[in-house]
Amino acid sequence: MLDCKQSSQLISQSLDRSLTLRERFALQLHLIICEYCKRFSQQVQTLRIALKQMANSIENNSMIEMSSAAKKRIADLVEANHSQT
Amino acid sequence: MTTPNMHDWLNEHGDFLYRFALARLRDPHLAEDVVQETFLAAIKSPDFAGQSAPRTWLTGILKHKIIDVMRKNVREIAASDLMSDEDANMDEFFDETGHWAEKPLAWDMPEGALEQKQFLGILQSCMEKLPAKLAQLFLMRDVHETDNEEICKELNISATNAWVMLYRARMGLRKCLEINWLGA
Repeated sequence: MLDCKQSSQLISQSLDRSLTLRERFALQLHLIICEYCKRFSQQVQTLRIALKQMANSIENNSMIEMSSAAKKRIADLVEANHSQT
Repeated sequence: MTTPNMHDWLNEHGDFLYRFALARLRDPHLAEDVVQETFLAAIKSPDFAGQSAPRTWLTGILKHKIIDVMRKNVREIAASDLMSDEDANMDEFFDETGHWAEKPLAWDMPEGALEQKQFLGILQSCMEKLPAKLAQLFLMRDVHETDNEEICKELNISATNAWVMLYRARMGLRKCLEINWLGA
């Protein structure tokens, strides 16, 4: 039988690789009897969705701009390298 | 064929590229640096003149630059930390019989909870509390769905190491959320 520690490791890994049939079976058995690991399983999936949403909100937020100092620096560098060629 | 103007590109695509990098690296300075490197690489590229879809082309260059930074950052993790036993540092989460030391609470997620500013704010600060490199690997995997095999190849770590690190990131993050969000 899996304990909660092993079970939580498999739950995490199931997001990163395909579990073997044996692992899946053992995990399912554990999840039937363990409310806490079931919660953990839902929570790591929630985390994944929430983080993705956070990244999207950065990518699509047109209010976020590069600092003008950085823009100027890049423009100058582009200029310098352009005139070399 | 007219030569594209890099300054126009900077104006048109600079902020887009910056946001793209920021969403992945979560660090304004690093994000600015990779955008800068992208433009420098672009101007030196022999493909520069013939680009009809500059944004796509620049984004392709940027992706490589971002991976370079992530690779460098994750490699800086002390070998001892990375290679330590799978169970190390996990003792705080489980008792000696392998049961949860602190049982995961039920997260009551009302409709739309994920969009709430409060929740996202706490999530953000919890991400910041994770060791930076762990957070970055986690972002690569969970947010940008970088293939696990590719992560291992790019970062030159074993699959087992990657799983252990991702596991640690998830454990740390969910605990932090539970304390700061549900505890609030």
